[in-house]
Amino acid sequence: MKRFLIPLLAALTLLAGTTLSTAFAADAPAQATAVEVPAAAAAVAAVPRLDSGDTAWMLTSTMLVILMTIPGLALFYGGLARTKNMLSVLAQVFVIFALITLLWAVYGYSLTFGGDGRFFAGFGRLFLDGIGPDTLSTALPTIPEYVFIAFQATFAAITVALTVGSFAERMRFAAVLLFAVLWFTFSYLPIAHMVWGGGLLATHGALDFAGGTVVHINAGVAGLVGAWVLGRRLGYGREAFKPHSLTLTMVGASLLWVGWFGFNAGSAGAANGAAALAFINTILATSAATLSWIGGEALYKGKASMLGAASGAVAGLVAVTPAAGFVGPIGSVVIGLLAGLACLWGVGGLKKLLGADDAFDVFGVHGVGGILGALLTGVFAAPELGGTQGADFAIGHQLWVQAQSVLLTVVWSGVVAFLAYRLTDALLGLRVREDEERQGLDIASHGESAYHY
Amino acid sequence: MKLIIAIIKPFKLDEVREALAAAGVPGLTVTEVKGFGRQKGHTELYRGAEYVVDLLPKVKIEVAVEDAAVERAVEALETAARTGKVGDGKIFVADLEQAVRIRTGETGGDAL
Repeated sequence: MKRFLIPLLAALTLLAGTTLSTAFAADAPAQATAVEVPAAAAAVAAVPRLDSGDTAWMLTSTMLVILMTIPGLALFYGGLARTKNMLSVLAQVFVIFALITLLWAVYGYSLTFGGDGRFFAGFGRLFLDGIGPDTLSTALPTIPEYVFIAFQATFAAITVALTVGSFAERMRFAAVLLFAVLWFTFSYLPIAHMVWGGGLLATHGALDFAGGTVVHINAGVAGLVGAWVLGRRLGYGREAFKPHSLTLTMVGASLLWVGWFGFNAGSAGAANGAAALAFINTILATSAATLSWIGGEALYKGKASMLGAASGAVAGLVAVTPAAGFVGPIGSVVIGLLAGLACLWGVGGLKKLLGADDAFDVFGVHGVGGILGALLTGVFAAPELGGTQGADFAIGHQLWVQAQSVLLTVVWSGVVAFLAYRLTDALLGLRVREDEERQGLDIASHGESAYHY
Repeated sequence: MKLIIAIIKPFKLDEVREALAAAGVPGLTVTEVKGFGRQKGHTELYRGAEYVVDLLPKVKIEVAVEDAAVERAVEALETAARTGKVGDGKIFVADLEQAVRIRTGETGGDAL
């Protein structure tokens, strides 16, 4: 499969390039109402004033998203790892969080939201220059800009941290961090700018409420590419790679679910009806997906599993992320039911087809779920299906717009990830030595042991 | 002296302890082990990855006894550990050349 990678990506780039350049050639009128998160509705006639309810909610949402990464994602992944690699997974997620949030303040925010370029914003807000405690956000005028910056920092951090799940248990720690910086800079920032910062995709009317493309498809693809480039773990397919603590995985999944209310409902940018809709959708899609995943399991394999329930929940959360503020509650139930089944296939049949050792199924859940969710958003945002869009909404057209943004994200993320891995390999070497991998990364990379019994 | 080594099902441990005590065997050593004889294992499924687990948890008991007490001890053990279903385990009796009580330095039968 690996030798098809470069020609495949080249072909996709060509396809995406020709499709998109013809599609975007004519100037499309900015569909400001269709573009949501995190920007509230565009023209605010009155002078912007700080709203303490909105600010309190956005501060809370930010903290919830932090909890999603540390310790939510860390434990979700950690429990899936073998004991000898537990700390390495925790450390990779934890340190990526610290690293990316810092870089976000240094240049990430500026390049994403500090201007109007097509792919990158601008350099006007490096080191958060020109912003003070009383500065209100231009994107969300009722909250301080610092709150918006912090909120967005947590999104950048979790997106990068998600990739850890694919290349876990065999990548050098320094290489993880270098890859994180490269991919954050050249994949996350431009895609976030294109979808949310007023760049290419935003002006074309793509609907992505909380980051189905920016976060999940982006990370899923980058993870998959990493799994391919790094190769399979020693003993893959022969030795038993049993999760060492599904208890912790369940704890992680629960923290993800609860934290996701900050991720989705916080993406409304205010304490309002849109947040309320996103909130309730985050319950319903997740519950539905949990049930459809374990239902599928019970039918196919005979038993419903805890890992299945946890995975189903995450699948539902991923799929409803782009849809949360655009679809009605019943729409999100349907999205959840479909996501549970689609991602069950993603970690099973599709995974076998792809042939990569995506250690914790980042593509199977986040990639597949993100793609499905992005497309279904184009369907269920329709008013006749309970969605929030206007009477002139055309499902067919919107589906095409959604598909384009999915395609662009997949190709951009994949190509950048591939180059980032290769550059990191050239500079540092990606993989640990065989004996280190056998010993376990906790000892080999960190000089620690997770458990002493 | 003999060393009796028994592999039994874990939930039978308490019954076997009581039976050995009643048979006059004062002490024992217990280890948690894994193994299989003719008993089939089970399958575990984690997302798409299926694993056949045939190393099943068992408990190993070791007791050192005087020759005269062997038959009584083995019988007590056997009766207490039996369920009649496959996987009940095995008892081995091995020659024990020497035994020492560490606290007092006593050897041979006095050490048991």
